[in-house]
Amino acid sequence: MSGEISNKDRMQIPIQDMPEQEPAVRVRNFTEVPTGYPEVYALTESKRCLDGCKAPCIKGCPVGIDIPAFIKKIEERDFIGAARSLKKYNLLPAICGRVCPQQDQCELVCVVAKKGASVAIGRLERFAADYERMSGLIEIPEMAPPTGRKIAIVGSGPAGLTGASELARLGHKVTIFEALHRPGGVLVYGIPRFRLPIDVIDTEIEMLKKMGVEIICNAVIGKTLTVDDLFAEGYEAVLIGTGAGLPYFMNIPGENLCGIYSANEFLTRVNLMRADLFPESLTPVFLGKRVAIIGAGDTAMDAARTSARLKPEKVTVYYRRSREEAPCLPREMEHAEQEGVGFKFLTNPVRFIGDDNYFVNGMQCIKMELGEPDASGRRSPKPIPGSEFIEEIDTVVMALGFGVNPIIKETTPGLETNKKGIIIVDPATGKTSREGVYAAGDIITGGATVIKAMGQAKVASKAIHEYILSKSTRVTA
Amino acid sequence: MSYKIMEKVELAPNTVMMQVHAPLATRKMQPGQFIIVRVTPNGERIPLSISGWDMNKGTVRIIVQAVGRTSAELINLRVGDSLTDVVGPLGQPSHLDKYGTCVLIGGGYGTGAIIPIAKDLKARGNKVIGIIGARTKELVLMENELRTICDKVEVSTNDGSQGVKGLVTDVLTEILKQEPVHMVTAIGPVPMMKAVSEMTRPLNIKTYVSLNAIMVDGTGMCGSCRVEVGGTTKFACIDGPDFDGHQVNFGELVNRQKMYIPYEKKAMELHLCKEKNL
Ligand SMILES: Cc1cc2nc3c(=O)[nH]c(=O)nc-3n(C[C@H](O)[C@H](O)[C@H](O)COP(=O)(O)OP(=O)(O)OC[C@H]3O[C@@H](n4cnc5c(N)ncnc54)[C@H](O)[C@@H]3O)c2cc1C
Ligand SMILES: Cc1cc2nc3c(=O)[nH]c(=O)nc-3n(C[C@H](O)[C@H](O)[C@H](O)COP(=O)(O)OP(=O)(O)OC[C@H]3O[C@@H](n4cnc5c(N)ncnc54)[C@H](O)[C@@H]3O)c2cc1C
Ligand code: FES
Repeated sequence: MSGEISNKDRMQIPIQDMPEQEPAVRVRNFTEVPTGYPEVYALTESKRCLDGCKAPCIKGCPVGIDIPAFIKKIEERDFIGAARSLKKYNLLPAICGRVCPQQDQCELVCVVAKKGASVAIGRLERFAADYERMSGLIEIPEMAPPTGRKIAIVGSGPAGLTGASELARLGHKVTIFEALHRPGGVLVYGIPRFRLPIDVIDTEIEMLKKMGVEIICNAVIGKTLTVDDLFAEGYEAVLIGTGAGLPYFMNIPGENLCGIYSANEFLTRVNLMRADLFPESLTPVFLGKRVAIIGAGDTAMDAARTSARLKPEKVTVYYRRSREEAPCLPREMEHAEQEGVGFKFLTNPVRFIGDDNYFVNGMQCIKMELGEPDASGRRSPKPIPGSEFIEEIDTVVMALGFGVNPIIKETTPGLETNKKGIIIVDPATGKTSREGVYAAGDIITGGATVIKAMGQAKVASKAIHEYILSKSTRVTA
Repeated sequence: MSYKIMEKVELAPNTVMMQVHAPLATRKMQPGQFIIVRVTPNGERIPLSISGWDMNKGTVRIIVQAVGRTSAELINLRVGDSLTDVVGPLGQPSHLDKYGTCVLIGGGYGTGAIIPIAKDLKARGNKVIGIIGARTKELVLMENELRTICDKVEVSTNDGSQGVKGLVTDVLTEILKQEPVHMVTAIGPVPMMKAVSEMTRPLNIKTYVSLNAIMVDGTGMCGSCRVEVGGTTKFACIDGPDFDGHQVNFGELVNRQKMYIPYEKKAMELHLCKEKNL
């Protein structure tokens, strides 16, 4: 081991910053903002991880990655080994290294953090995964001999992709059904390229294909085929990973005016349909001079930063609570501010005003104050009477969170959901109320995170495998 | 998956019928639903009504009117060419039931869309009357086919070159004088659907219209297609496209359809430029 460095010395090493594109440059492009650790930075950062540490970080990670082990491999310059060690726990380290809320997970409990900045676990994760991808040394994982059993996966977001990989590795014949024309879920239609480059996702999808996973796009389960049709076609189990894709609106007057988007529509037009390249790409997006983003989650930051790149005069985020309550990744709020995005906290829209052509040109807002903490422990915002004012804006993106799409529920008899349409599962197995039907990801939690979706898909895959083996013979050929 | 064009017939200037190979999409198709297609890899997703399908051949029939860039590119394709994507069926099926006498009104591509609905209503034992509206004779689509299905088919043209001179509502007025009507479905341009709804409202005749809101995904994920029906917001792609015509805010629909006009012009100009240079 690298015993030459004492833990005392390790503690002296300052955290290695991630190089980034300059704000003035990056607001004119869609390429990734943090450019990744150069090798020397990664080597230095890896030395900040203490020897013989009890590694509370492992418990902080929703999928229990052996974090010290992969960091040690980086320190030993075995970058490929580091990537492979990560992949034992996490199929998509290049993605998680970029989009996980590490500050609330592994990095939150890092021992080093008690005396300063935590070890930059996310950055190291990204480094190792990128190194493997860029070196072209990604290996097809070891696969069990084919079992001949067919499993259907609905949805190709992080949950579906993880489930596909796990089950294919166990030798099953896996088919993914995806509603859109391109696989990846939120990773391709929601999260922008400047935060998650598309080739990172494409590499993962290519790998699944190499592993024999079939991906059928343009198949909306519940419409094109139902879950019952899948069983009739010889699939012995179905994993539902359809996410939480239903946008919420506020139900306030004027919300259907032209120029008012859900974050999903706005981001889909730009990320999936490439409206930023219009008219070379044929899907347009309307962007006026003054853009208002409503909400302060990750989706809101993505919408704000995407707008900033489409050259408006001004982008402002309006949030009904204060900065401290904003649910987005803190680094993304920082990035947004650097890119010139303004913030108005404790402010909520109450109605939109339109012009003669039915385009929005004003937003009446009301000031808010924070009341007593509610059940979730967050202080709930209350409007301040008489504090209304009007903002001149011409584009609005509503980023208020997501519900779940009812299509599967409505077409799958016996599938139990809660009032909100969230599929009810046994958390230990992902098993639903229907035999052979399992679910993972945002469809069982409502909008959550990539890593949680992956973790749940892993759990469900294991349960599916056991279920399939417990059925002595195949039901159909 | 290749979505090959198996057949193409020009029905009128800038209007074609196509049979597209999309076997998966045909598996559970029902009248009143639609598909979304992309014509090219950089293409827009555009919704098109289903005007028929053949599960054995795995083909969907569409009627396309070229009104802009994507629809123009689509009607320029030839038999043997392929679309980039076809997804469906999307939306809810029409309100199919035993009503008594049904009047189905089609304008433009809407005439194609009413054909499967007419067939189904007929099979359920309804008396089915079809009305086709067009500006002029040569734009009257699918008349012969509709005649083979309906008990009666009437045509109206604005210039009187065929059938009744005037609008579909003029024909509808006459029918309503002659016999009781229990259900009306109108599919076509918004002003037509609106006029029909206005006419049947005081008479309390159940009236369905198919709302052609601007769509992106067509699965309820984006809200581009939101329409106001009965004072609340609905998503045309999953709650519709058929809605109670007496409840629809048509004004909002028209306004929202115009949202991208400057962009559409630009895309079209580029297309015409490219065509010229070929
Ligand atoms: C803009 C945005 C930014 C985010 N940023 C972060 C972040 O920085 N970090 C983080 O951890 N999380 C982030 N999240 C949340 C994260 O993306 C989700 O928690 C995660 O993608 C959930 O994965 P999933 O597989 O359950 O669903 P999704 O990624 O939503 O994928 C579901 C897939 O299923 C498909 N589908 C839906 N219905 C059907 C059907 N009936 N038939 C077939 N296919 C269907 C959809 O088209 C989609 O492709 C963000 C979310 C958004 C919207
Ligand atoms: C449920 C439904 C069924 C339809 N069925 C048919 C059909 O069977 N045959 C047919 O020819 N047309 C049909 N349409 C209309 C068709 O989708 C539009 O004509 C087409 O999208 C226009 O695209 P474009 O690029 O050619 O024209 P553009 O120049 O982009 O637009 C011309 C006009 O078409 C409308 N439009 C543009 N983009 C969209 C979009 N993505 N979604 C919906 N409308 C749009 C707008 O009002 C616009 O002003 C249907 C629309 C809907 C919603
Ligand atoms: S088209 Fe996106 S929700 Fe209807």
